[in-house]
Amino acid sequence: MQGFLDNLIRSFGHDPATWPWTQFVYLAGMGLFAFAVINFAAITAGIFSWAERRVAARMQSRVGPNRVGPGGFLQWVADAVKLLTKEDLIPAEADKILFRAAPYFMMVGFACVFVALPFSHRLVIADMNIGIFFILAVTALIVVGIIMSGWSSNSKWSLFGAIRSAAQIISYEIPGGIALMIPVMLAGTLSTQGIIRAQGGFPWQWFVFDNPAAFAAFVIYFISALAEGNRTPFDLPEAESELVSGYNTEYSGMRFSYFFLVEWGNMWVMSALATTMFLGGWQIPGVSAATLDAATGGKAVALELVSLAIFVGKTLFWVFVVMWLRWTLPRIRVDQMMNMCWKYLVPISFAAVGFVGVWMLVVHAVPAVGMVMRAIMFVLGAGVAVLFVYRTAQNIRDTGDKFDFTSNW
Amino acid sequence: MTEARRAPENPTMEMTSNKEILRRIEYTGDMLLNMGPQHPSTHGVINFLVQTDGEVMKRAIPEVGYLHRSIEKIGEKVTYNGFMPYTDRVDYITAMCANQGYAMAVERLLGVTVPKRAEYCRTIATELNRISSHLISAGTMSMDIGAVTPFPYALREREFINDLLEELCGARLTYNYLRIGGVAYDLPEGYAEKLVTFLDHFEKILPEFNRLITYNEIFIQRLANLAPISAEMAIDYCLVGPNLRASGVKFDVRKDIPYSIYPEVQFEVPVGKGEVGVVGDAWDRFWVRVEEMKQSCRILRQCVAQVPRGEVMAKMPRKIKMTEGLEAYSRIESSRGDMQYYVVAGAAENAYRVKVRTGSFTAMGIIDALSRGLMIADLVALIASLDVVAPEIDR
Amino acid sequence: MTAEEIQQVLAEKFGESVGALQPAKQDPWVLVKPEAIAEVCRFLKTDPRTRMDSLMNLTAVDWPKRNQIDVIYHLFSYAHRHVFILKAQLDRASPVVPSVEGVWKAADWLEREQFDLLGVQFQGHPDLRRIMLPDDWVGHPLRKDYKEESDYHRMSTTRESPLDGFVRLDELKKRAAAKTAEAPAAQAPAHAPAKKEMPS
Repeated sequence: MQGFLDNLIRSFGHDPATWPWTQFVYLAGMGLFAFAVINFAAITAGIFSWAERRVAARMQSRVGPNRVGPGGFLQWVADAVKLLTKEDLIPAEADKILFRAAPYFMMVGFACVFVALPFSHRLVIADMNIGIFFILAVTALIVVGIIMSGWSSNSKWSLFGAIRSAAQIISYEIPGGIALMIPVMLAGTLSTQGIIRAQGGFPWQWFVFDNPAAFAAFVIYFISALAEGNRTPFDLPEAESELVSGYNTEYSGMRFSYFFLVEWGNMWVMSALATTMFLGGWQIPGVSAATLDAATGGKAVALELVSLAIFVGKTLFWVFVVMWLRWTLPRIRVDQMMNMCWKYLVPISFAAVGFVGVWMLVVHAVPAVGMVMRAIMFVLGAGVAVLFVYRTAQNIRDTGDKFDFTSNW
Repeated sequence: MTEARRAPENPTMEMTSNKEILRRIEYTGDMLLNMGPQHPSTHGVINFLVQTDGEVMKRAIPEVGYLHRSIEKIGEKVTYNGFMPYTDRVDYITAMCANQGYAMAVERLLGVTVPKRAEYCRTIATELNRISSHLISAGTMSMDIGAVTPFPYALREREFINDLLEELCGARLTYNYLRIGGVAYDLPEGYAEKLVTFLDHFEKILPEFNRLITYNEIFIQRLANLAPISAEMAIDYCLVGPNLRASGVKFDVRKDIPYSIYPEVQFEVPVGKGEVGVVGDAWDRFWVRVEEMKQSCRILRQCVAQVPRGEVMAKMPRKIKMTEGLEAYSRIESSRGDMQYYVVAGAAENAYRVKVRTGSFTAMGIIDALSRGLMIADLVALIASLDVVAPEIDR
Repeated sequence: MTAEEIQQVLAEKFGESVGALQPAKQDPWVLVKPEAIAEVCRFLKTDPRTRMDSLMNLTAVDWPKRNQIDVIYHLFSYAHRHVFILKAQLDRASPVVPSVEGVWKAADWLEREQFDLLGVQFQGHPDLRRIMLPDDWVGHPLRKDYKEESDYHRMSTTRESPLDGFVRLDELKKRAAAKTAEAPAAQAPAHAPAKKEMPS
């Protein structure tokens, strides 16, 4: 970002180092980018609320919102307006300062992540050399917000939800963080752009198919991300059928919507991280990063847009998978969740890190082994995908079901 | 302004409230939670006083009576036929079976034989209602465990049944279809074809339902080995219906004390086998209900094939009057178990006493004993697996 | 076992406390003295010939004209698949009977319900308190002479009929016509119908 602003100042004929207004421009730039990030995060979350409702409805043989706008697309706008105009309720016995502040902790923790996400070849707000480390650190603010909201509501049910959530998120940060270290090891850098550049456009060049431990790391990271985002099967903190609504029971109006904004926006964050670290990010198949660096003029713009589309497409696919899991799987219990984390995911992720360390030495000595392994993993992955499609078709045939895209929009 | 709190009527019996009981229990730092009466998953208005230390409960005392509508007292005021809609409300999810229990009791009092065609109509109606009740039970149980999708699937299938029953008697929930001596309306034209079409479709949906939720690994992890009830305990607490059969006791009123036309149809009685856990755990109770739906489909196909021609209503006197003091007892297999009606005839056109003994009432009695040491998430699963509905408990 | 055989077994064991088999229309029952009910039930449960392992139903019926309250026990055996019915007749002024909660746990809630609704005292019940009605309710509703209190926690238990104040349209017109006939000219504009009319 600083480079971009420096170029802007130079284009006006001033030297950034000596011009007295440089800092002012930096400040204005930061404010503008922050505004853009927050808006993007909020609008994405809003659109995902609509998408989730439609996806959920179609999976449940229902229609979903279809009145407000084409296909119900403006439903989230209507919901936002409704929530803004609601009465602002604070329970009489609640801790007023903490009650008001809790949603903002969560928003900050969630919005800061967007700063380090690489949306396309050149579109990243701040390509820090500690990129992924920064992301992991900043997402920890969310749990602070949850505990604050649960405690300050002065309700036993909210407290239940908050404590469950704290246990869950803190526990799952460990296997998630360790699993994220594997792409860091394979790429040799913490910077998100660097990790993407170390991968390629084609599936067998992605880190997920690099070796079995990397695949395991992807699965572990995905499970941990679900747990950190309070998504089913880990949505115990807001288990609707047990705790009414968990830590946000007492919230209403816009404050309530902040919690859900963060939850839906977190879907983007976890999917974007999965795409970045394991699935090649914005890399275009067949076009290397060097070509993208060297392109100029119209070709550069076109390639940028293509890389942006690839990143967004991959992320949206994983967002859909997150939603899909939510509406299919039941919820697991607290002790089962802790068991799974500490007794299974943590040892497996440690073993995976060890394996990858040794594997990197082997590949350094004999590069052919690396290529063979990638080929094998890719073939296995493609086989699983084909099997999946086959089973789905069989299910549809068995129940006499049929696809009908023409009605019920 | 009268002070409404008064001394209890009988001063010798120590009357305590639920809250006082819990206060008398020694606890240090335990939370006292009220789960209910408005709660998304207590299957009606039931309150649970939960004494818990974090997630693990020490005691869960059910508090019922929020839906008490004094139906038994009303039975002493209205005529015998006039009481039929009230029996709908005793268990509105399986209203046909509730109707049938009462009709059978009064028919035993009068000594009336119901014509064969009417019995077949009754069986078709009650078996359809059994399927729809088990669909609701399975759907809400999945929803309580967290899987939201099976519930709309179950409701979608139930809509077909609602349409069929609406065509039969005009109502979707509280049917008031049965009468003392027969049924109110005959089967409409083309009903058999529609019923068979529905059965063909439904029997293909059940395996999909099983793949989706019954054999789902997380579902099994939540429910296997949860609150297993041994056969002796089940019989001692008078658990009935699918709850009893899940504990391994092979008893079904339709097979063992047959009534209506059940001797003429073939079907099996699913009994819990402890397939994924121990016999009598929560998963078994869920599985028994899903299997019973399959058996109900079998019964329906046979009924539709065997329905004889004839009257649908016996010759009944215009006013039903009997000598006071005659009593009769009827047992039917409702979807929640062995529903028993005890009717004492009155001097005029109404009954002297009507007592309904429902499966959910005694199932509530067992929750206190089973809930020690469970977690709150497990309490929700336990209540759902026992398939209690508030109207049956409180009447 | 048939009902006669069970009654004979009981008569052998308990003699006077157990009455003869009363032939009701379909369901024969046996009258048992109230003091002996708990032993009779325990015997019926444990004896290998009868093995009544389940208390199906426990009902109490209020007979003010006979000045008694009947408590009826419907017993069932899953082992032998037979039914038996016991009756105990209690004095209406102080209906006391031993509790069978120690024999079958199902009696716990069933007895509480009959205590709540009819006022039958079950001696030896570990936790006899109201179950359907609130803990501070006064009276036993299922009794034939039950009169409801006029208010509960300052909420009135009666309400005026929603039909009070509703008048039929033709009745209204008749009254208006009668009024104009009584007091002509001076009253003419005053009587627009002010009463609310129920839409027909």
